[in-house]
Amino acid sequence: MNLNPLLLVTFLPAVGALALLAFKPAWKSAARWTALAISLVTFGLSLWVLAQFDPSIGDMQMELNLPWFALAGNPIGFHIGVDGISILMLLLTTFLTPIAILSTWKAIYENVRGFMILFLLLETGMIGVFLSLDLALFYIFWEFTLIPMYFLIGVWGGERRVYAAFKFFLYTLAGSLLMLAGLLWLGLTYGSFDLTTLTQTASISLNAQLWLFAAFGLAFAIKVPMWPLHSWLPDAHTEAPTAGSVILAGVLLKMGAYGFLRFNLPLFPQATLKLAPWMGIMAVIGIIYGALVAFSQKDVKKLVAYSSVSHLGFVVLGIFALNSQGISGAILQMVNHGLSTGALFLIVGFLYERRHTRDLDAFGGLWRVMPVLGSLALIVTLSSLGLPGLNGFIGEFTILLGAFGSTALGSPWIAGVATLGVILAAVYLLHMFQKVFLGPVTADENKGLKDLSVREIAVLAPILVLILWIGIYPKPFFALMTPTVDKLVAVLQAASVALH
Amino acid sequence: MTFTDFFSILPLIALILWALFMLISGLFVRGKWGIIHPIWASIGLILAGVLLFFQIGKPALAFSGMIGVDGFSLFLQGLFLLCGLLTVIISPAYLKRFGIDHYEYYPLLLLSVSGMMLMSLAENLIVVFLALELLSIPLYILAGIARPNEASEESSLKYFLLGSFASGIVLFGISLIFAAAGSTDFNVILGKVGNSTIIVPLMLAGGALLVVGVGFKVAVVPFHAWTPDVYEGAPSPVTAFMAVGAKAAGFAALLRVFSMLFKGQADVFMPIFAMLAALTMLVGNLMALVQTNLKRLMAFIGIAGAGYVLMAFVPFGDAAIQTHSIGSALFYLLAFTLASFGTWAVLTGLEQPDGKGVDLQDLAGLGKRSPILAVALTVFMLSFTGIPLTLGFWGKFYLFRTAIEGGYLWLAIIGLLTSLMAAYYSLRVLVMVFFTRGEPKINLTYWTSFVAIFCALCVVVLSFVPGELFDLAGRALFGA
Repeated sequence: MNLNPLLLVTFLPAVGALALLAFKPAWKSAARWTALAISLVTFGLSLWVLAQFDPSIGDMQMELNLPWFALAGNPIGFHIGVDGISILMLLLTTFLTPIAILSTWKAIYENVRGFMILFLLLETGMIGVFLSLDLALFYIFWEFTLIPMYFLIGVWGGERRVYAAFKFFLYTLAGSLLMLAGLLWLGLTYGSFDLTTLTQTASISLNAQLWLFAAFGLAFAIKVPMWPLHSWLPDAHTEAPTAGSVILAGVLLKMGAYGFLRFNLPLFPQATLKLAPWMGIMAVIGIIYGALVAFSQKDVKKLVAYSSVSHLGFVVLGIFALNSQGISGAILQMVNHGLSTGALFLIVGFLYERRHTRDLDAFGGLWRVMPVLGSLALIVTLSSLGLPGLNGFIGEFTILLGAFGSTALGSPWIAGVATLGVILAAVYLLHMFQKVFLGPVTADENKGLKDLSVREIAVLAPILVLILWIGIYPKPFFALMTPTVDKLVAVLQAASVALH
Repeated sequence: MTFTDFFSILPLIALILWALFMLISGLFVRGKWGIIHPIWASIGLILAGVLLFFQIGKPALAFSGMIGVDGFSLFLQGLFLLCGLLTVIISPAYLKRFGIDHYEYYPLLLLSVSGMMLMSLAENLIVVFLALELLSIPLYILAGIARPNEASEESSLKYFLLGSFASGIVLFGISLIFAAAGSTDFNVILGKVGNSTIIVPLMLAGGALLVVGVGFKVAVVPFHAWTPDVYEGAPSPVTAFMAVGAKAAGFAALLRVFSMLFKGQADVFMPIFAMLAALTMLVGNLMALVQTNLKRLMAFIGIAGAGYVLMAFVPFGDAAIQTHSIGSALFYLLAFTLASFGTWAVLTGLEQPDGKGVDLQDLAGLGKRSPILAVALTVFMLSFTGIPLTLGFWGKFYLFRTAIEGGYLWLAIIGLLTSLMAAYYSLRVLVMVFFTRGEPKINLTYWTSFVAIFCALCVVVLSFVPGELFDLAGRALFGA
């Protein structure tokens, strides 16, 4: 039998979650190891997908299209496939999940089985989002990711977990519901819910495109999150358990940016061209606003959370530069942000496990006490602020290059202001690093802190390897996505000709 | 009257005879043998279900066109039997704990189910009225069966007064339609509508009164005010039955009467239904936001549910999408039935004889105490909200589709936004269940847990085959 690798990679975590149901609640380490093993096998499977993936083709590959049922005569299919954009997101998801699971060894001790079940279900949901090629299927996976995340925050989160979980759920649901109205209208009007068919055949009037762009875009903008729809993010990130924050920042936010790339750009290209300057302006406001607010935070985790608002602003800016440099940079920056912000949350988690506080003022001089953590944290911080030679620089530089050269954005000033964000990032991130690791050890509690254990180093090490790899030799990553991005840009150019 | 006439209502006849038999034989059963009543009742309902099964694929008009067996009535009769069976299963433990295990409870329940079944079969306005009374009168008694409990008696009296008032309005509406068309038979009226020999203003007035009367029964805003008090006061299993079965029966009448008789006046009634649906969704969900008593919360969730079903029905005059309209209404009714009964099963375990135990806070810690029930409750709440992988999601999906197809995009958007409110109150329940510590007092028996788990499994598993289910629900309405 010829099993589709994508089908396997999507549902293996869910099958694992079902298997965990058979475990007794008391088998804590068994649940941990099983979940880790399942997520590692999933990662292995996604590497197998990568091995079969032909980067020279920009089209969907390894497609699987099973009929599911018909809706008003329009078939809804279980249609999945992978292209140059989704394969990177798939790899990011399957890469970060085992790391996040490994980080919970000491942090999660209550109801471990439940935690792992939800985590694996979440992984299936996220992979499904990145692979779906049918609007209804996409929506199912998209909404489904809410449920496990809601419980992860609500049960294992910090003090204000209930509030944060509530806000997270309601904000994202509000956006999704409008998307549901949009996709129903789109599918019923143009006679198909299949993304590939719709992209090829539907000729949507400009007016309809603008409405649909808004309906879909709102859902994605909330998820990214773009300013001014970001206010759920600091709460959710701060209150989520470390592993939850890693996945939230690393993968869930990327679902929003991915949504823009997968739906808004190819389906509503004319509306995209019309609205690109506005999206660019909002992205830049997000970059500057996020950076300024991050600087004023006292809570390390909140600081990292707001830095996400700023960094994701770059991603959106890159996407709406609408040229191949901007989009490629944005996709790479999605991966980069997943790695470096994921790592920052892990580091904050390590500190919190030792000191049970995240107050910046409670730390200071930790480098002397914990040199290993200090040096690893320095690399991650520098990666996040975009130091040349590390991954963040490649992404941001390509995005800015794209944004300066973009005709769609309309003005080089947008990119010019965005550049300020790079400087501000250096300010708030170095401020954080200095407050935590440099100077004398001020507080007595900090003197006896233990440095990282082998497990903790093992958690961070794979991320650091990728940070360096992308920073020094990003070519294979660009090579994966270039044909797909070029196709996308060609669609946009055709629309631009039609528009004028 | 021929044998085929009787064959077409055989499940109904069997159920009524069974109920009468139980009513008499119950007199001779005493003491610990009381457990036999629910068993008998279940057997009767299952028997009727088996008889119903033999009618699949045999559409018929019987009793000179008074009774119509079609896909619509088969689906609904199945639904009503399911409601009855689930109610019977969750009842014994509750009735025993509350000391109200009167044997007449079960025959009355069966009679009410038979009224609902008759409602879905009615092809004549007089039969509609008969069915309405047959289903309501046992319910008035059942609501007060916890006598001498004041809340229960109050509930019964309120339900009786408002219910009989609504019945009167329905009857008046029927008489006006009779005056307009000279007949109560659907097909005769349909013929007269066809060759324009009806008196249109009278017909419209009659239709409007039917909307009001049936609107009372299904609790559509602004005719909903009785529900929270009645639902709160009545014994929980009765409330469950009332909230789901009676509502579905009301919709059966509404769907059949309007999609058959009032197609010609659709442009008058469609905006009215649209307004009612929008109001019902808004008020139901808004009021549900602030409830702290779970029984009242369920009452408002029920009102909101009525609004959603009505939304499917708004474009009923549009011939091209009529099957979709009816199909999505029935589909949502099924999703609503399963999720509601599941929730009520949990509530019957929580409620204490002094009327306490059904506050939101009483759910605290349920996640620890009984994880399986907590997960089941999660499924129901997510289904009410319309989150994927539950039947409720597809229910709303089809509803919104119908509204959009019918050109009522604004209505679909109101439906979507009110779903956000639904998310809020559903999450509040889940916060209590999972995120709050507490020691819930819950008396669970094997059978109530069974109902909760069964419903949860149905809600999840059936969500993987929405297409097949929808086709089943969308089977043609006779003569429409």
